[in-house]
Amino acid sequence: MSTVATPARPARRLRRHTKLQRRQTRLAWLLLLPALAVVAFVAIYPLGKTIYQSFTDQEFLGLEPTKWVGFANYKDLWHDTDFRHSVWVTIRFTLITVAFEFVLGLIIALVVNSSFKGRGAMRAVMLVPWAIPTVVAAQMWKWMLDDTFGVVNDLGQKTHVVSQSNPPSWLTEHPLASVAAVDIWKTTPFVALLLLAGLQVIPGDLYEAAAVDGANRLQQFWRITMPLLLPAILVTLIFRTLDALRVFDVFYVFFGNRADTQSMAVYDQSTIVGDGLVGYGAAISVAIFLIISIFVIIYVTLSRIGDQT
Amino acid sequence: MWRGVHTRLGLKKGRTNVKHRALLVAAALVGATTLAVSLSVAAAGTAPAKQTSPAGTSATAPPKVPNAAAIKAKYHGQKITFVGDSVGGLHARDLALASRFKKDTGITVNVVPHPTASDASFAQLARNFSSKSSSFDVMMVDVVWPGAFAPYLVNLKPKLGKASKAHVAGIVQNDTIGGKLVAMPWFGDYGILYYRTDLLKKYGYSAPPKTWSQLFQMAAKIQAGERKSNDSFYGFVFQGNSYEGLTCDALEWIASAGGGHYIDNGKVTIKNKNAQKILDGFRTNLDKISPKNVTTFQEDQTQTAFTTGNAAFARNWPYMYANATKSDSKVAGKFNVTVLPHGAKGPSVGTVGGWQLAVSKYSKHKDAAIEFVRYATSAPVETWNATQWSLVPTRVAVAKNKAVVKTNPYLKPAIASVPRVTRPAKYLKGKYNSGSKVIYQGINEILRGTPAKNVLPSIESKLKRLLR
Repeated sequence: MSTVATPARPARRLRRHTKLQRRQTRLAWLLLLPALAVVAFVAIYPLGKTIYQSFTDQEFLGLEPTKWVGFANYKDLWHDTDFRHSVWVTIRFTLITVAFEFVLGLIIALVVNSSFKGRGAMRAVMLVPWAIPTVVAAQMWKWMLDDTFGVVNDLGQKTHVVSQSNPPSWLTEHPLASVAAVDIWKTTPFVALLLLAGLQVIPGDLYEAAAVDGANRLQQFWRITMPLLLPAILVTLIFRTLDALRVFDVFYVFFGNRADTQSMAVYDQSTIVGDGLVGYGAAISVAIFLIISIFVIIYVTLSRIGDQT
Repeated sequence: MWRGVHTRLGLKKGRTNVKHRALLVAAALVGATTLAVSLSVAAAGTAPAKQTSPAGTSATAPPKVPNAAAIKAKYHGQKITFVGDSVGGLHARDLALASRFKKDTGITVNVVPHPTASDASFAQLARNFSSKSSSFDVMMVDVVWPGAFAPYLVNLKPKLGKASKAHVAGIVQNDTIGGKLVAMPWFGDYGILYYRTDLLKKYGYSAPPKTWSQLFQMAAKIQAGERKSNDSFYGFVFQGNSYEGLTCDALEWIASAGGGHYIDNGKVTIKNKNAQKILDGFRTNLDKISPKNVTTFQEDQTQTAFTTGNAAFARNWPYMYANATKSDSKVAGKFNVTVLPHGAKGPSVGTVGGWQLAVSKYSKHKDAAIEFVRYATSAPVETWNATQWSLVPTRVAVAKNKAVVKTNPYLKPAIASVPRVTRPAKYLKGKYNSGSKVIYQGINEILRGTPAKNVLPSIESKLKRLLR
C-alpha cells in the first residue's frame, strides 16, 4: 500500500528513490489499473453523471430538449419544505434506530460471547430476523400491525394492554415508532454480530491479569472491554448510520406515497419515478450524498481522536 | 458474564474450530427454515386473493377472434407483451383473452400485470417509454394519460378509426390527441355506492342515503349496532390511501358539494369553503364510520372489507359488482348499488375512470399488437367483459344490450346517467401525475386529522406552480 501512495508525495522525495523502487511503483499502478477502472465505472461515473444531471432540467417524457439550468434545482431544493421534512424524518429515524440497535446489540453480543450451553444454536437463532428480506419482513409487520386484523392488536386486546373498542392504528397514529421498531427488530442481530467479532479478538489473558490484580467485572468492562472494542463499535456505528440514512424499503412498504412519512430516499424515488423530474431528483440525490458525507466525516474524525488517545 | 471469555478463547483453541463448524451448520439450517417460513407467509398472503378472483367460478370462455384466419396467415408466430390488469382478479381475464387469441391466431400474448396503484403504473410506463424500450407492445392506459403518453403511442386511426365510431364519443375524443387516435376505449368506470340492503332494513332505513351527511349518520348507527357482534365491522369503506384512487374519490366528494374539480377553466379552485366543509366532514366523521386504516385502503382492501360482510357501505368502481355476487362473497344477494351521495350544494356525481388499450411506438410487432387491440375492444369481447367481469362497456350498443344491463344494474339509466366529473388531466397534461400526487397527499393528510384549512392553501400553491 505504501508504494501506491508514493506518487502523491512531493517530487523532492521522489528523486531520492532508487530505480528499483520506481519500477515497483510503476508495476503497482499497472496492477491496480483494472481495479481503478472498475471503481471509475461503477462509482465515479454514476456519481459524476448524477451531479451533472442535477444542473439540468432533465425529465422523463420531457418533450423539450434538456437544458443546463445552473443552480436552479438547488435553489428550489433549499425552499422545498417536503424535502426538509423528509430529512428530519430520516435523521430522527436514524438516531432512534442506531441508538437502540447499538445498546441491544451490545447486550446480546456480550451474552452470546460468554460460555453457556447451546451458545452455538443461540448465535444462529439470533440471526433469523436479519436473514429475512426487508421487503418481506416489512410486509409481514404491516399485516401484524394492522388495526383490525393484526396480531399485535389482537394480543394487546386479549391481555388488555390496548383498548378493546378503539385499538390503535399503529401505522397511522405512530408511524415513526412502528417503522423504527421493525428496523430495530431486523438489524439488532447484525449489530450484535459485528460487536461479537470485536469481542472475540480481545485476548483472554487481559481479563485473567485484571482478575489477579483484583479488578471487578464492571472495572474489567470499562477498562478492558470497552477500549478494545472501540474500533469495532465505530465500524458498527458507521455501517448502521449510513444504512439508516439511506433507508427506503420499510418506509416504502409501510407508507407508500404518504407525504408526512417519507424518508429522503423515498422522496427522491417519488420525485424521479413518480414526477419524472430526473434533474431535480438528481439534485436531491446529491443533497443526500452530502448529508451522509457529514456523518462520515464526523465518525472518521472521532475515530482519529480515538486512535491518538 | 464476560468472565468466561478468557477460559474459552485463550485455552481451548482446538475446540473452537469444531464449534464454528457446528455454528455454520446451525446457521444454514436456520436460514433454510427462515426461507421456508417467509415463503409460506408470502404464499398465505396471496392465497385469499386467489380465492376471491372470479376465475374460480368458471367464467365462460372468451369469444372467438373474428377474422382469425386472415390474421393467422399474416402474423402467425409473433410474440407480443401486454401490460394488463391487476385489480380485483382481472389478471385472470387477461390470461383468458390471451390464450384464446393465441389459439385462434397463433400470436403469443405474454400478459404482465401492472402495479395496482394507477400512479405506480404510470411511472412504470413512463420509464419504459423514456428508455425507448420495445419490451411492451400493448398497454392499458388510464383515461387521464393519453395527453402525457401521446408522443409514444401508435396512431390507431388508420386501422381502428372505423371501429372507434361505435364507442362513446366523449371517450374517443379523450383518446384523440392532435387528430391521432392514440388509444382505443376498452372499458369505462365511474364511482358508485354499494350498500347492504339487509342491514338497511335491519336498522329501519327504506332507501340508501341521498347526501353525505345521511351516509355518515346511517353508517355510524349501523356500525355501532353491528359492533356488538362483530369487532371488525365498519360503516363505510373507500379508497383513502395516499394514491391516485383518493384523487378520484375526493373529486366526487368535492364536486358533489359544489366545491369544483380541483382545477376549473385553467384556474386552481381547490381552496374554497365548500371543499373545505366536505373534507372536514369526512375528517371528523371517519372515527365513527371507518377503520382507522382506511387511510391506507386501495380498491382491493375496500373490496375485501365489503365482500367479507364487514362493511355497510362501500365506494368502488363497477368491477366489484361481479366479485360481490360470486358464490364465495358473503354479501351475494344482500347488497345493491346506487349513485353516490351528494353534498349540500351540488348533485350526485361519479368520477370518470376507465381504461384504454394502446400500442407502443417502439413495439417490434405493431400490426400483431393492433390486431390484439381490435379483438379486445370488439363488441363480443366487450359484452363478455360486461357480463362476466362487470366492466362498463365503452361501445354504445353493448351498454344498451338488455342481457348486459340485466347483469349490471349500474348500467340502468338512473345510475349510468349521473353527471360525470373528470380529473384535471387536460390542464396538467404531462404533469398530471405530479399534480394528482399533490392532491392525494394533501387529502390523505386531512383524513388523518389535519384540518382542511391548513392543507388546502399548500395544495393550491403547489398546483399553481405545476400549471405555470
